[in-house]
Amino acid sequence: MSKKENTLTPPPDTIEKEYTTLNLGPTHPATHGIFQNVLKMDGEIIHDAVPTLGYIHRAFEKLAERRPYAQITPLTDRMNYCSSPINNIGWHTTVEKLLQIKIPKRVDYMRVIIMELSRIADHIICNTIIGQDTGATTGFLYLFQWREHIYDIFESICGARLTTNICRIGGFDTDWSKVTWDRINAFVKDFPAALTEFNKLLMRNKIFMDRTINCGPITAERALEYSFTGPNLRAAGVDYDVRVATPYCSYQDFDFKIPVGTSGDTYDRFTVRNEEMWQSLEIIKQALKNMPAGPSHADVPDFFLPPKQEVYNNMEALIYHFKIVMGETEIPKGEVYHCVEGGNGELGFYLISDGGRTPFRLHFRRPCFIYYQAYPEMIKGGLLSDAILTMSSMNVIAGELDA
Amino acid sequence: MSKEILDRVTARLSTQFPGLHLESELLYDFPVFTVDHTKAHEILKFLKEDPELNFHFLTDLTGMQTADEKQLGVIYHLHNMPKNMRIRIKTFFDIAKPEINTATDLWAGANWMERETYDFFGIRFKGHPNLVRILNVDEMDIFPLRKEYPLEDQTRDDKSDKMFGR
Amino acid sequence: MSKEIIKRTKLEIAKQPEGIEGPGFFATKVDEVIGMARANSLWPLPFATSCCGIEFMATMGSHYDLARFGMERLSFSPRQADLLMVMGTIAKKMGPTLRQVYEQMAEPRWVLSVGACASSGGIFDTYSVLQGIDRIIPVDVYVPGCPPRPEQIIDGILKIQELAKNESGRRRHSPEYKELMNSFGIE
Repeated sequence: MSKKENTLTPPPDTIEKEYTTLNLGPTHPATHGIFQNVLKMDGEIIHDAVPTLGYIHRAFEKLAERRPYAQITPLTDRMNYCSSPINNIGWHTTVEKLLQIKIPKRVDYMRVIIMELSRIADHIICNTIIGQDTGATTGFLYLFQWREHIYDIFESICGARLTTNICRIGGFDTDWSKVTWDRINAFVKDFPAALTEFNKLLMRNKIFMDRTINCGPITAERALEYSFTGPNLRAAGVDYDVRVATPYCSYQDFDFKIPVGTSGDTYDRFTVRNEEMWQSLEIIKQALKNMPAGPSHADVPDFFLPPKQEVYNNMEALIYHFKIVMGETEIPKGEVYHCVEGGNGELGFYLISDGGRTPFRLHFRRPCFIYYQAYPEMIKGGLLSDAILTMSSMNVIAGELDA
Repeated sequence: MSKEILDRVTARLSTQFPGLHLESELLYDFPVFTVDHTKAHEILKFLKEDPELNFHFLTDLTGMQTADEKQLGVIYHLHNMPKNMRIRIKTFFDIAKPEINTATDLWAGANWMERETYDFFGIRFKGHPNLVRILNVDEMDIFPLRKEYPLEDQTRDDKSDKMFGR
Repeated sequence: MSKEIIKRTKLEIAKQPEGIEGPGFFATKVDEVIGMARANSLWPLPFATSCCGIEFMATMGSHYDLARFGMERLSFSPRQADLLMVMGTIAKKMGPTLRQVYEQMAEPRWVLSVGACASSGGIFDTYSVLQGIDRIIPVDVYVPGCPPRPEQIIDGILKIQELAKNESGRRRHSPEYKELMNSFGIE
């Protein structure tokens, strides 16, 4: 059979190459949150990308200079809003470090349960959305139901589902009711079956693996250069976890593993987050088993509201109550940096106090903002659909990006 | 442990940079060093590349304004992960001429952190590849986190300051 | 057990519009039929920016199912959407984008402002946040809350459905509507 003349590909010297500029965002169904990417593309291959942020900049750091310490907790809620309790407890532990308050063990264990539940909630969103972006919507619908159960637990503790403003400086406002303990026990009993189902759906699914392996990889050296932390860094191969490196809230009492990936691509990020959910369940089980008895708050009348009976009958309690509510407590001068392991990595709080009722300077070290810088490098040379998948697997949350 | 880190870093810096004016203190169990802004880049380079100190990870880079409102400062948080050592480096300069060398040649992650500091305080980082605003609108001509500028939008006419004192 | 459930739930058949019925025909006003059709098949554009967007995702999930109100098909293109749901804080940087999205929508269009930040700026009384989207686009229903519970969001949607059902066919061409649009600077 004679070879037909190839009329589609012109001879090499005759084609002129031109790049197309594609604007992805700020409103786009695939970008989870509002940020813009201007892509320079050669057909379907991405040549370069320029991200633009600030579309939801709410001036948290300036706002924090206006608010007394207890009122900053609702601000921290709205940074990484998928796992608000971790932000809240991170802020409270920062202030407790500044005030040098000793927290009872029971409070630590209760806080650990809350933080691990919110970590599970955050990873549920990220993993199901990775599934949805590859076309597997089932995982999203089935697993999202379990976020409702976590919301029920949060609601029974603090009254709110999403932006929780949970616990207080010094501990919890009340000890948990039986309803809360029952719900947590039921969750720990029933969630493994649902997570196993989700794993069976995607983890060894040939289509999913073909789609996500080698999609948006980053090496460990480049990840460290870009100050990556959290699951994205662990997927690249570095086993850094704030809970193990600088333990806070009695994390040293718990026995858990840190999952680490190899190539830092989307599949590794997915599996690392998945395994972290299993490890969080282990931590919650250990905390429930070893829950110490004791008070549910530290004995610091200067910063923790006294019980109402004393406020009505006792002069000092009335004065403490007034000062705490009006935000006129005596905060010492000093500066402190404290970090917790958020859903996305090392969430740091750099607090400078000048002795006034509001912070002098409060800076949030937001992991999302810092690692999103590497996005153009990660998608260069890849296809557009891989770029979308990389973005969703990095778990970019707009509230934390812009603050 | 922190006192040991403080002493070790002070000793190494004094050996490497003789005659360096260095203030070091331990604040809330955290070693803090205040250095001159003209030498900050060399010191950071040494801290990163010295095999014994090995502060290879830049945790955070941020800015601040001092209480007397006459100086601006840049604060670096560095981390040595294998040995679990953390330190803080502070540098200050006059608000009339806030310039300092960039750290993007040492850590790629400093890029956006410096843009954010420029956006909020107006600190110019010499040698930065793309020092433009990142979070605020591009047309803004003030540096909002400085103490002289208010938090609220001043162009509103539907709120009465008589009721809510500012 | 199953018999008890049947006794407790009262199923109501939806009311048909008023009209004249006969063998093989049903005559009613055009407005009623169009209103009914529009209300039960709104295509929303979820303009989710922050935390309220996550509560919207929970509303779309299986627990609080929004699809049973006819909103199965989310449209991310404004050209194909009826209802613009603005959920979350709108910063001043985002304002022109929101305006552009609204202008691209074809009449009839409704706007639902979900959450305190979209309705009035919320807790963020700062230089960078737009203090309410009604400064740039006309809003039909406001849903307060920070974030509002899914039941509240559904309540807001039901109110939009009421508006869509009872709207007169001539409203969008009336001089009052044109004046409303002009007050926002929209042609």
